[in-house]
Amino acid sequence: MNDLEARLARFAATDPKPPTFPDADVAYTLHDTAIGTLLLAVAHGRVVASSFADEETMTTRLARAISPRVLRQPRPLDDVRRQLDEYLAGARTEFTVDVDLTLATPFQQLVLTDLRTHTAYGATKTYGELAGALDRPKAARAVGTALGANPVCVVLPCHRVIGASGALTGYAGGLQAKQFLLNLEKKTAVFPPS
Amino acid sequence: MTVGLPPFQALVDAHWRDVARLARALAGPVDGDDVAQRAWEKAFAAYPELTSAKNLRSWLLTITARCATDLHRARRPQRPLDEAPPVAIDGPDAGDWPDPDLWRAVNQLPERQRYAVTLKYVGDLDHHGVAAALDTTPAASRRLVSDALATLRRTLGAI
Repeated sequence: MNDLEARLARFAATDPKPPTFPDADVAYTLHDTAIGTLLLAVAHGRVVASSFADEETMTTRLARAISPRVLRQPRPLDDVRRQLDEYLAGARTEFTVDVDLTLATPFQQLVLTDLRTHTAYGATKTYGELAGALDRPKAARAVGTALGANPVCVVLPCHRVIGASGALTGYAGGLQAKQFLLNLEKKTAVFPPS
Repeated sequence: MTVGLPPFQALVDAHWRDVARLARALAGPVDGDDVAQRAWEKAFAAYPELTSAKNLRSWLLTITARCATDLHRARRPQRPLDEAPPVAIDGPDAGDWPDPDLWRAVNQLPERQRYAVTLKYVGDLDHHGVAAALDTTPAASRRLVSDALATLRRTLGAI
């Protein structure tokens, strides 16, 4: 590149203005919590993700599954964010947001859809017990895998399901996060929020 | 959706500065920000219909160039065709731009040469990209750019 070309290429825009957009088909935000950073996403007013996965992986999945018009727009997430903060502060025992399991496979949907009725705040169930409750008594392992793929963590309480031995077994946000949530619920269940 | 378009936010994060820069080079510091905003709105509206996930940067810069042309045409005073000057000399005023001598000379170029040279060097597009943005062939883009550089050399040499 000669001098003139280099001078042209050096054109600089000082303080460029970032663009603004109308509402995205999928709005998401990264929400820092006591158990780690959650990627929260909403589409058509329903929560489609509450995930410990990294931003690129998760937004790419959302783009493919729902719409490529995925934008970081915190406002549509205000409600679920507030509910999460209340829950994590022990001031809320259930979520009232609508959930959409678009990101889940049919079997994962079967396991996750009624998870809130199969598990109680402050209590745990084993993978085998949940498999039994779903009329799939032999599918404890598959149920565990489906819970592990939960795209809407915390809101759908996969953390309440543990191994038959009492071991926590696994959690997308790490075992410490799972332990934190179970301790929080046990403590709050004894002294429920007023 | 088999095209596998990346999340739009990834495009914004990767390219918004390039779009802003090209828009300002084409339309000036004030109108440039409007051009960039309009370009993003158009891109956002059209995005789900895209049939290829290739060359998304080039696609964005093409939209930006078209928005700059639209604004430019809308702003140009209406006058009868036979009174139009033989060469359009109506790029933005470059008096307070960085490197004002250079950009004053660029803004005196005929419109297509000005766009071609700006897309090539500020937009950092190859001749295929420039040609796509200007609805022409890579050979024509090469010609526009080399004519523009020759004129610029002459003008700047004379300063």
